[in-house]
Amino acid sequence: MAREFNAQEGESPAVRGERSPFSRPLDRRAFLQCAVASGAAFGLCELAQFPVAIPAWAGPQKQDDSRFTVEAKFYEKLPNNKKIKCKLCPRECAVGDRERGYCGVRENRGGTYYTLVHSRVCAAHIDPIEKKPLFHYLPGTLAFSLATAGCNVNCKFCQNWDISQVRPEQVPADYAPPKLVAELAKQRDCPTIAYTYSEPVIFSEYLMDAADAGHEVGVRSVAVSNGYMQEEALKTAYGKMDAVKIDLKAFTESYYKDVVVGELKPVLDSLVILRKMNKWTEIVYLVVPTLNDSEAEFRGLARWIKTNLGVDVPIHFTQFHPQYLLKNLPITPVPTLERAKAIADAEGLHYAYIGNVPGHPAQNTYCPKCRRMLVERVGFTASQMLIRKGSCPFCGQPIPGIWHA
Amino acid sequence: MSSLCGANRRDFLKKCLTGAAVLGVSGRMGLLSAAEEGAALAKSRVVIAHDAMLRGAGTTVDSRRMLGLLDRAMQALFDRDNPIEPWRKLVRPGETVGLKVNALGGRGLSSNLQLVEAISERLQEAGIKASDIVVWDRDTDEMEHVGFHVSTGGNRVQCFGTDQVDYEPELAMYGSVGSRLSKILTQRCNVLINVPVLKDHDGAGVTMALKNMYGVIHNPNKYHPNGCNPYIADLNMLPEIRAKMRLTICDATTACFEGGPGYKPEYSWKHNALMVSQDPVALDYTGWQIIERKRAEKGLKTLEGDKRAPNYIATAADAQHRLGTNDPRRIAVVEV
Repeated sequence: MAREFNAQEGESPAVRGERSPFSRPLDRRAFLQCAVASGAAFGLCELAQFPVAIPAWAGPQKQDDSRFTVEAKFYEKLPNNKKIKCKLCPRECAVGDRERGYCGVRENRGGTYYTLVHSRVCAAHIDPIEKKPLFHYLPGTLAFSLATAGCNVNCKFCQNWDISQVRPEQVPADYAPPKLVAELAKQRDCPTIAYTYSEPVIFSEYLMDAADAGHEVGVRSVAVSNGYMQEEALKTAYGKMDAVKIDLKAFTESYYKDVVVGELKPVLDSLVILRKMNKWTEIVYLVVPTLNDSEAEFRGLARWIKTNLGVDVPIHFTQFHPQYLLKNLPITPVPTLERAKAIADAEGLHYAYIGNVPGHPAQNTYCPKCRRMLVERVGFTASQMLIRKGSCPFCGQPIPGIWHA
Repeated sequence: MSSLCGANRRDFLKKCLTGAAVLGVSGRMGLLSAAEEGAALAKSRVVIAHDAMLRGAGTTVDSRRMLGLLDRAMQALFDRDNPIEPWRKLVRPGETVGLKVNALGGRGLSSNLQLVEAISERLQEAGIKASDIVVWDRDTDEMEHVGFHVSTGGNRVQCFGTDQVDYEPELAMYGSVGSRLSKILTQRCNVLINVPVLKDHDGAGVTMALKNMYGVIHNPNKYHPNGCNPYIADLNMLPEIRAKMRLTICDATTACFEGGPGYKPEYSWKHNALMVSQDPVALDYTGWQIIERKRAEKGLKTLEGDKRAPNYIATAADAQHRLGTNDPRRIAVVEV
């Protein structure tokens, strides 16, 4: 069944019900089919993306669990009752024998902790990198984007809850070992593999192996993540990434507790660590009406970024659409997003963007010195790219980012 | 003369408003369970039936003795002399009955097969067709692993997991819970009989009636923080569960006082008992006390002392949930 088109920027897989990129090469006919489908979707909404999708699921089906089961990397065995403590995310689930962690994709089997989602891809698409969104990373290029089931938080607004809030056996999946992913990305002219849609924290082992396989053939990797992760896991797993986008869901602990079922502080810590690792990082802040849209919050956030990460870290204020458990709130008004951007600008951040509002001028990149437009974007397409050798061609101002492959 | 005939407009409106207020408090008058109705009038009854010779001289439960044990429990609960009468009070011919077992604990600590057979036998004698009985849990493989024989057609008792039919695509929501429900619950059964196991649980403290509903939803892993509180109570408030739940028959033939929910022989004991009740909160409270007594006997800390007291039981009984009572003064424990 085709998934309902979702206009929200970020990590929504586009269309289900088509053949998997893992099941066949993309020949000329298939390419044209994709292009036609893409064009048709574009006619409906400029936010459409290149559809490459997983197979239609006729109903429940058994998957060979053993293919996807690999011992987890980040955990410790506890002394009693074959329990383990997961060390992947700050939740530190203490998991009894035969039970799973909060993420639903890691299981204790007799005192050994396993990931059940290595190479178990439930969503795969070729997306513009701008859809992640990463605006200062290889603009105009494509990302071979994939996800497994599961997530280590439970955001009430999740647009992909049907894959993020399920156990892996509940969704159809393809077996996509790292080398296959790397080869397919290269074949399809994707300079990047993006780990996205659900939450790459919970498939760190797979992400690391796929990143290694990609780097061997010259394909980079980016993670689209909530950043809710322990330091060692972050350094080990995201150390292999070429760029990271972090969803900073709010700037209050209460929001993280009530709406995300997580914590703010570890995410802020992750951002600082990524900064120290010199990892290219962009931040998305989904503005949810009445819940995280106060002026004080925007200002506090902007000041924190300036102080702890610097003024050159891009921040994307994106528009909320009612989803999942938050269907009672309206779409974020554009003036609210403009207010957030204005506050960030006033606090001195150089690259504050507005997302999910097609055609808005704040989707473009401007030189912070001469104010000339450097990258023009229409939807997820970079229609003009003027940055040369990492600098503004008009005034020579360095523009931070990874601009060229 | 009708009682309304003499009422003036003001009296009539008063009555209407009172009725509306009552509805507002309960919000679901049409769905009141037997436990709720009973709670307002009398104590919740929890029957514990023992049989020291349940296994004879061996280790396997004897089918005939199990049937006898079940009969004693049910007759005591419903105050009936005939073993079929309680079931006729519970179900009607034409209804489809789901037996929600628990196969998570693996061999040794899952819902007893002889118990499930005994329940199925009595249900059929009460007029339920074999094919209208569905023995189910979340996963078919787990059920087979503990000895259930999968059956998905013909005139036999049906037996399979939710993985065979999937979950509803839409979310059912109450309080902290937003979950997809098993289609076995929503589409195959109009009566639910809960058949959990008396167990310690490393997160929730204990697991019996209320927590067994975690096997009904697609995302139980999301509801383990904070000792599963208030998630367990909220989940049991879903109308699809509450309206169909008629009885809990808790398997306490082999029970577990530590290290649950998985089977660990060193922390299990042959209790050779069944616990039955129409009040799941009262049953859970009573089972909790049994586990605490066993823990004390073994020199273990209380669950409170182990920082995992099953606080969800009190939540299930609170004014917002009213799923039953956890007040020992309002629970009649009947041992037979």
